[in-house]
Amino acid sequence: MRYGAGLLFLLLAMTGFSAEKGKLLYQRHCAACHGDRGAGGVGVPLALESFQSSITDRYLFNTIRYGRPGRVMPAFKRMTDEQINAIVRYVRSFTPHRKLVLSSAPVRGNAGAGKQLYRKHCAACHGLDGEGGKGTGVTFSRPRDLPIIAPALANSGFLRATTDQMIKTTLMRGRQGTPMQSFLKKGLSEQQINDIVAYVRSFEKAVKRKAAEKRVHLAKGHRQPIIKVKSGYDMATTISNLQKAIAASNYKLIRTQPLEQGLVQKGRENRRQTILYFCNFNQLNTALAIDPRVGLFLPCRLTVVETGKGVYIYAINPSRLAELYNNDRLSRICGAMRDTYLSIIEEATL
Amino acid sequence: MSGIYQDMVRALAGLLLVSLVWPGMAQDLLMARSKQSFPEAMSALQNAIIKRGYRISRIQRVDVGLTKAKYKTDKYRVVFFGKADEVKEIARRHPDFIPYLPLKMSIFAEGEQTLVVAMNPEKWTEFYASPWLAAYFKRWTRDYHLILRELTDEKP
Ligand code: HEC
Ligand code: HEC
Repeated sequence: MRYGAGLLFLLLAMTGFSAEKGKLLYQRHCAACHGDRGAGGVGVPLALESFQSSITDRYLFNTIRYGRPGRVMPAFKRMTDEQINAIVRYVRSFTPHRKLVLSSAPVRGNAGAGKQLYRKHCAACHGLDGEGGKGTGVTFSRPRDLPIIAPALANSGFLRATTDQMIKTTLMRGRQGTPMQSFLKKGLSEQQINDIVAYVRSFEKAVKRKAAEKRVHLAKGHRQPIIKVKSGYDMATTISNLQKAIAASNYKLIRTQPLEQGLVQKGRENRRQTILYFCNFNQLNTALAIDPRVGLFLPCRLTVVETGKGVYIYAINPSRLAELYNNDRLSRICGAMRDTYLSIIEEATL
Repeated sequence: MSGIYQDMVRALAGLLLVSLVWPGMAQDLLMARSKQSFPEAMSALQNAIIKRGYRISRIQRVDVGLTKAKYKTDKYRVVFFGKADEVKEIARRHPDFIPYLPLKMSIFAEGEQTLVVAMNPEKWTEFYASPWLAAYFKRWTRDYHLILRELTDEKP
């Protein structure tokens, strides 16, 4: 009898369990970006009725599994299907919505005609080549033009998760409560909308080409975790050369400090490990607007270290760290930052 | 039903739940959303870091610099921290790791709430092959999770 009660209770606990699990997984892996109950943030809002009513569970599942490469939204490759399903159910509990039933038939349209319409009606928000709006989600940390950033459409994750009919539904109905309007109401015919869907589908080719270019780029020496260059000068000269090179490259030197500053008693710091912080506020502002989380690796920094073998200049490799952010736009800026580091170091060690 | 049963089953379910949610799904960036406003979250973060035995070495006021340069921004800080003996030892044995020292987390306002972001120390195992460093990465990863968990009200 006693065992029976225990077992019964365990069963009861297990049923509440799946819902509880979805919530926990969501809190741990999604809430930081999409908000506790899907209100949005670094990520787009998920709780809007208009969003929930224009997508399928499959779309949610695939979006979580494949992410949006190059657009901040990570791919959750190592989650089990069961875990993803638990998250999908939890996301679905945010808002009452209509269940979307769609045929899987492809939408037939003229991609050439769709291209003209796309440039006229969509490019301003979704980008000329479907690369998506600048910035992320609905982050409030800085000013922006749109309340919600338009997602990328030329994106392998999006194209894989969505279906023709789902794109069509979004274009016909719009998404109330977001800048995405109904193009039926805006006067386009159903045939024109079909043409646009065909054009959006045609992004698949460009996406494949871009992925191949990215692989080549990554193979080209952008993978080292740090930059390390030996200086022919002594510690003091190296530091002063770097300070001059920083100023000459249009950066403002913020401060020069020992690595151990603030960790050991003042005056006791090891002077053979010195950090130079410098910044270009315009660049900092641009980077933070693309992804506010990048402030973790800013302002710019070079470290001069004297070891038994000589004096070395160290930096993080921005190109490698770009990988943490899954953001194509940011990756380009990081590539430029790497070049800046290298040229400053080169000038200081000539 | 007796209270003790309920507690036991709950504890069991809790344990199971934690084990199901955790399995090595490392993200490269660790993030936490705090429901507290920026000043409260900022002091909670510092306390949580200190509680794990680290010393705050500096707070970089990124927003102040930006505002002075006439850019608009909400509150944005980077908190640097470390343990003196740890930093000394690593700098001596592994100068290649110096560019990532001291440790840091960034914290910024998002409307009424606050976000905290850190690089996942586990990621460094891909950068550095040293087993000696790996022991540090492992401990930092655990500490980071504990620190970030104090900022959210997530209770498994
Ligand atoms: C005023 C800006 C704006 C214009 C113009 C616009 N969109 Fe959107 N679109 C958005 C935003 C913002 C969203 C995200 C809505 C949300 O959060 O649910 C969106 C969502 C979408 C989605 C769903 C994608 C996803 O990942 O959720 C598709 C598909 C789409 N738009 C296609 C188009 C097409 C095609 C056009 C032109 C006919 C167009 N949009 C015009 C802003 C715009
Ligand atoms: C690091 C921030 C981040 C995390 C973590 C994150 N997302 Fe996203 N998510 C985004 C961004 C940004 C977009 C918009 C992509 C774009 O602009 O192209 C997005 C898009 C989406 C979309 C498509 C929305 C639409 O309008 O079609 C869904 C669904 C989604 N995320 C669900 C999730 C779920 C569920 C999780 C947790 C398992 C998660 N995301 C974790 C940032 C994030």
